Amino acid sequence: MKKNFFYFILISLIIFVFVLLYTAVFKSKSYIPATTINKKIKEFSAKDLFTDNEIEIKDLIHDKKITIINIWSSWCAPCRNEHIYLMKLSQDSKINLIGLNYKDDRSKAEVFIQELGNPFFKILEDPDGLISIDMGAYGVPETYIIDDKLNIIRKFIGELTFSNYEEIIDIINK
Amino acid sequence: MKLLKYIIFFIICIIQSNLYADNNSILIDKISKNLRCLICQGQSVYDSQSEFANSIKILINKKIQEGNSEEEIYSYLKNKYGQWIVYDTEINKKTVYLWLFPVILFVFGGILIIRKVFIN
Repeated sequence: MKKNFFYFILISLIIFVFVLLYTAVFKSKSYIPATTINKKIKEFSAKDLFTDNEIEIKDLIHDKKITIINIWSSWCAPCRNEHIYLMKLSQDSKINLIGLNYKDDRSKAEVFIQELGNPFFKILEDPDGLISIDMGAYGVPETYIIDDKLNIIRKFIGELTFSNYEEIIDIINK
Repeated sequence: MKLLKYIIFFIICIIQSNLYADNNSILIDKISKNLRCLICQGQSVYDSQSEFANSIKILINKKIQEGNSEEEIYSYLKNKYGQWIVYDTEINKKTVYLWLFPVILFVFGGILIIRKVFIN
């Protein structure tokens, strides 16, 4: 009886480990940090891409209910693909769109904007990527929707899609 | 004689600053080896040459110079990217089974062996 119980436990354990490993095989291995988070962006200042003036982020959002911060770079191909949605968003007067130019060459960033159009109210520079890290970003493109208290409402990791665009419009019109 | 004093003082200053720089780079290497790169997942920040990993190395250096401890740097990054970024997994509600399971297996295996020995 005791022996049977022992084998029962052993077999249960083997089955448990098998199921655990088997399900793990089909799980995505890549880690993506949470996209809906109740966190705040720390206040920061950065240089304006065009004027070189130091600008405080709070001065850009103080009277705006919703602000979108898009982290982009001229060397990033997905940034080029999502630009069409940013241009569309910029046509909505309720949207305060700020660009954060990530680890880029200023002249190339300017060419990128000249070529594809400027959807941003202001473009700030993040030459060493530390502002993006402080925001919790880890690559380009990433898009943050924040309120006037710098709370992150929604975060999009990677290239914006049409459904993301529609979601942003919904959030703005809420 | 006065010149000799200045030279000795100068040499001591250089040695001191080099020692400080060495200590800093050892600590940067140690911390970056314990961090996962989110771009090249499977590589540590130390090994990765992605833009993200390079920025993290700059950040670690900056935080050390600001007087932050190793633990403070880890908790800053965990707050930004979650527990996943650190290789050394802490014990909490989500990871308790990860820590307990090997112990359970060890105890269970131990009992099996002891039983076998005693029965024989």
